[in-house]
Parts: sequence; C-alpha cells; structure tokens
Amino acid sequence: MASVYKFKPYNVGRWIIWSLFALVLLFAPLLFTSNLSVTMLAQMGIAIIACLSYNMLLGQGGMLSFGHAVYTGLGSYMAMHALNALSAGKLGIPVSLLPLVGGVAGMGFAVLLGWVTTRKSGTPFAMITMGVAELVFAMSLMFSEFFGGEAGISGNRVAGQPFMGITFGPQIQIYYLIAIYTFVCVALMYAFTQTPLGRILNAVRDNPERVEFIGYNTQRVRYFAFIIAGFFAGIAGGLGALNFEIVTAEVVSAHRSGAYLLFTFLGGATFFFGPIIGAVLMIIAFVLLSELTKAWLLYLGLVFLFMVMYAPGGIASLIMMNLRVAKFGKLRQIWTSYLGLGMTAIVMLVGAGAMIEMVYHLQLNTALGDVVKFMGVPLNAKSVDSWVGAAFVLLTGLGLFELARRQYVIEWGVIQEEIEKEIKRRETAV
Amino acid sequence: MEFFLISMLNGLSYGLLLFMLSSGLTLIFSMMGVLNFAHASFYMIGAYFGYTLGGLIGFWPALILAPLGVGALGALFERLSLRKVHPYGHVPELLVTFGLSYVVLELVQLVWGRTAVEFQPPELLRGAAFTLINHASNGLGLVWGAATPELCSAADAAVRVVCTPFPATRAFMMVIALLMLVSLWLLLTRTRIGLVIQAALTHPEMVEALGHNVPRVFMLVFGAGTGLAGLAGVIGGSTFVTEPAMAATVGSVIFVVVVVGGMGSLSGAFLASVLIGVIQTFAVAIDYSFLAFARDMGWQLSAAAQDNSFAKLTVSQVAPILPYLFLVLILIFRPKGLLGTREG
Repeated sequence: MASVYKFKPYNVGRWIIWSLFALVLLFAPLLFTSNLSVTMLAQMGIAIIACLSYNMLLGQGGMLSFGHAVYTGLGSYMAMHALNALSAGKLGIPVSLLPLVGGVAGMGFAVLLGWVTTRKSGTPFAMITMGVAELVFAMSLMFSEFFGGEAGISGNRVAGQPFMGITFGPQIQIYYLIAIYTFVCVALMYAFTQTPLGRILNAVRDNPERVEFIGYNTQRVRYFAFIIAGFFAGIAGGLGALNFEIVTAEVVSAHRSGAYLLFTFLGGATFFFGPIIGAVLMIIAFVLLSELTKAWLLYLGLVFLFMVMYAPGGIASLIMMNLRVAKFGKLRQIWTSYLGLGMTAIVMLVGAGAMIEMVYHLQLNTALGDVVKFMGVPLNAKSVDSWVGAAFVLLTGLGLFELARRQYVIEWGVIQEEIEKEIKRRETAV
Repeated sequence: MEFFLISMLNGLSYGLLLFMLSSGLTLIFSMMGVLNFAHASFYMIGAYFGYTLGGLIGFWPALILAPLGVGALGALFERLSLRKVHPYGHVPELLVTFGLSYVVLELVQLVWGRTAVEFQPPELLRGAAFTLINHASNGLGLVWGAATPELCSAADAAVRVVCTPFPATRAFMMVIALLMLVSLWLLLTRTRIGLVIQAALTHPEMVEALGHNVPRVFMLVFGAGTGLAGLAGVIGGSTFVTEPAMAATVGSVIFVVVVVGGMGSLSGAFLASVLIGVIQTFAVAIDYSFLAFARDMGWQLSAAAQDNSFAKLTVSQVAPILPYLFLVLILIFRPKGLLGTREG
C-alpha cells in the first residue's frame, strides 16, 4: 500500500523480475518431474490467474466478494460446452483458444450480474455477491441440461486437429498451455493496474466520496473493474475445464469462493504479487496439507484469523516490510529476535498440533486404535501422559513465545523509528 | 383452507426464527458497522450447547443457559479479536468473522462429530399445539392439543374429515420470538442502557464524552446479539436438525433478510424475515410448474418445450432460490431495502 515502486523509464528491475517469472514457469516442470508435481504446477497456474483476478476486486477496488467462483465456474462450464461442441465438430476453433471462450463467458456473466452487485460497495456489496453466488449454485443443481446435475459434465480435450504435434493429451502439454496463459494474464493484469482505470479504481477504494467530487461515477468504475475481473476469472475457469476435463457444480460453490478470498488475503491483497503467493499456498494446502492432516481446515481458519488480526497485509506485506528493513541494513539487528520467535513458535505449535491431532483422532478414527502418529512420535490419545506432555510443550512454547514477542516488538519499534529518521535525513539532504 | 392456515403459520414461525437471528445481526450491524459473518455459526453453537446442556440438566434450564454461554463467547470474541481489527476498517472486520466461521465449523465437527445429533424437544413440546379439523359437513374446527381419533373420522364414510396438527415446537418458537421482539423493543426504547445504545449508534464520540464506556457497550451489544442467535439455535436446533451444515443453510438467508429489510433497520428485518419465511414455506408446498400452468390455460406446447427442464421446474423446486431472486429484485427496484433509510 504505502511503498509503491517508482519505476524509471527503462526499468532493469522490472525486466529481471518478469524474465525470472517466465523462467520459473518454463523450467518448473523440468525440476519437479513427477506426475503429481506437474498436475500441481498446472493447478497453481490456474489459481494464480483466479486469485489475481479476485484481487482486482479485493485489493485494488476494495470490493470484498463472496462470489468470485461464479465467474470462474461459469467460465468453466462454457469452456466445457465449447469443448464438447468442438469434439462434435460443430465449432471451428482450436482447443488452445477455449480458455478465451471461458473468459468471454465470465465477462458476459459479470456484465449481467455485476450490474446488480456493483450498485453497492462495502458490506452490502459483500452480502449481495454472496446472495448471487447462492443463487447460481442453487440453479446449478436445478438445470441439469447445462450444469449436468450432480455428476457434472465431462469432455475430452484431445479434439480437433493437432497443431505441430500438440494434441494436449499429455499433462505436460496442458501445463505449458496454462503457463503461457498465466504469463500473459499476469502481465495484462499488471498492466491494468497502471492504466487510468486501474488508478481511479484505487482511488474509489480509498475515498469514493472524493472521486465523485472530481467527476467520476464510482459505480461505473466498480462495474468496469468487475467486468475485467470476470474476464480473467473466466479464463482461469476455462483452463480448469481443460485441465480436469470435468466440471461439477463444486466450481460455483461457496467453498470455492471462500477459498479464493482466504488465500488471496493470506498471500496479501495490498501488493500485486501477493495473490500469486496465495495461489501457490492454496494448491499446496488443498493437495498436500489435506493429505497430511485431517485438521487442515481448522489450521487454515486459525492462520487466517491471526493473519487478519496481526498482519492484515498478508504474507506479501510481511516480506515487503522486512525487505525495507534489509534495504536500510537493519536486518542484522533483528535476526536473533526472528530466530527466537521462530524457535518458540515451533515449540508452541508442536504442542498445539499434538493436542489437535489427538482430539481429531479420538473423534474420527478410534477404530484404528488409540495411538496416533504425530511427527513420527507415537502418542496414545487416551493416556494422560501424552495429554499432559502436549499441554506442557504448548504452555512452555506459549510462555517463551510471549517473551520473544515482547522483545521483538521493542526491537521492531526501534528499527522503524531509525528508518523513519534515516528517510527524513535523506529528504533534507536532497 | 386448512392447508393455507397451516402453511401460513409454518411460514410465520420460520419467519420469526429468521427474525430472531436477523435481529441480532441487525443490532450488531447498525451499532458497530460490523457484519457478523459468523452469526449463523453462533446459532449453531447455541443448538449444540442446548443439546449438551439439555442432556445434563434438562431442556428448560438449557434454554436459558445455552444462550448465555453463547453470548459470553460472542463477547469474548469481540473483546479479544474484533476490537483489535476495528481500527483497520470494515473489510478486515468482516474477514475476521469470516475466518471465525471456518474455525467454529471445524471445532463443532471436532467436538460433536460430523453427523446430526439427536436433539429432541422436551416432552411438553413434542405433540401438537392444536389441530385443525376440516369436517366436510360441520366445517372447520379447532382442538387444542392432539385430536382424538374419533374426532378425525366420521361415522359416515361419505363425509370427509381431515385433521391437520400444528406442532407445539413451532408454536413455542413463535411465542419466544414475539416475547423477544417485545422485550428487545422495550429494552431499546424504555431503559437507560437502551438509550445509551441508541445514542452510541449515531453519536459514539458524544456518548463517550458523557462518560459512557462505548467499547464496553459494543462488547455487550455483540454479546447480546450472539446470545439471541444462541437462543434461536436452541429452539431451531430442537425443531429442525442439529448438524454441522445448519449454519450454512440459514446463514445466507439471514444476510438476504438484512439486505432486503434495509441495512440496520430492525423493523425492516422483521418485515423481511416474515415475508421470506412465508414465501419460502408456501413455495415448498406448491407443486405447480410452468408446464402445468400452460396445460391449465389450454396452450398447446411443442414436444421440445414439454421436455424443457425449465418448463418442468415446479415452484417447490425453485423455493431455495426465491430469497435470492427476491434480493436481486429488491436491489434493482429499491436499493435501500424495504424499510431502509440509507443507501450505500
């Protein structure tokens, strides 16, 4: 929010960052070659587009939407119908352009539904988006011709003429299609933030009243941003349809909308790159964390709660704040505090995690015996020893963490003051 | 006729339950500007507290203690979490309650399991409050409690007698909701604390300058609002099902109620809850589709049109989306809500 990069006319930093991004997209599947990781990478690409398009509303427009999955989901459905039409030989476009069909569909629905939702801002906007999302989800179970009912609709992405031997059959080919779309969409969405519309959207977020005074219609600004966000959301949906080859009603559900909101916020809504971090975390959480522990939704909710309370800028803001500290060469003063915080937090989390896992074990699978494996240690969920032990670890961690935190807060305050002074000094020097 | 009466009463009782929830939500919203996304979660906690306490000390004490417990939890949440987020603005406040709804859902599943629990109303409320007897020759009659079999059957087989009982839990729900409505109104308009609350609504700084602890008033209001949700939870949970999905089913409807009634308007919330309750209950009971309508009107439809799922859709199938359609229509034609005064 505060530290907007000031780019010089020919910006080396920007070229480096974007080239690095392209290289990561290009070489990631060569580094992580297993089937699972390529699938995950493809999903991450899709999630990046979806979360960035969501952040166009949340971060840039201050519009908290509970119904973003409507636009990704309907984009998915339209792309899937187009794919089936293409397979039947009724549609003359190549498979690689199908995400654009999804995008146009998402945009169309945003034009239609956004007209109602963007009439309001703030809290009423949030509630209306939720109402619209519920409406679409309820309809998805009603009209089985279009939505395919409970089973959803499926298709085969190997359709039409192969182009230079690319059939999109193998996962790696679809990954590269997604990677290209991801790169182009991220670039376009970044470009959007630099346009007059993107700028005035920020102004509408910060002070709508003043924007009205200088002669803009805030409702129309929100509406336009909503339409553009719908377009990119639809592209993400279309890519998802190609990637999974099946679309079920889950894609328009409130769960999906909630996940976009949660992870965009966790990543950091106040910086452009925040949602990218959020999207990567989302896929890791959905694919890996849900395998690792049954309590993952609880952990997710708690992390989110604490993030909103203590770091409302998300992970991105934490990174940027520490980069600022590093830039002024103060990271050396505080790294011991970080070490202390990290160590005590780990102790605390181990204790809390052990207790949560034992409760889950007692609730869900007592049939498998009383012993639950936690971080390689067998714990008997029914014995007092493991409970007392876990509680002891938790309380020790909590106490030490509080000590470390107090120390850290003091040091952090001192450093921030020093940085402020340094900035003032530089300004007067100029 | 008895179908209409019973449906009307069912609709009213459901609407009043919605009002019990939306009144707390509206109170919190108009006071603190916070939309409590987790309001339905407190409703769910109320139901589960009622279930557990009901098993230990009986239903009637639980009816009082469970809402108090929920209110205490709500106040604690306001004190520990919401108050910290307050300086950041309304969006983070909404987000923190959104996060809470996730955590509450998981915790409830953790403590009480993922399936529905057996939360029975007490013996007193299990039967019928009254029974409507539609006698083909004697006309419509009413009997308090359940009707005896003799009353429901006629000696002459040609005379048609239909008995329709109205459940006591529903009647109880209506009584509690009306009591709550009256006491809330009295509290807000006739007592000192009510005046302070009303004043803090519009002029928090001035109230603070007069020596009232406005943050504490906020905490009390949040606690009271969630406590009302808890009360609705004990009653709703014993009347309907007590399951982890109960928050989600009622959650989005109460947001619709609050928007339709007009943000922050208590009377608007009342009107909208009753309206939505009645509309939804009637819609569920009506098995009538466009196709049937066309047939009744004597229209000739093509085979393709007859097979269209849109035309075959009955009103009862559309019932779940009616509140949301209502919301969209209200927003188009009256953006400030039925009885709302402010637009924004």
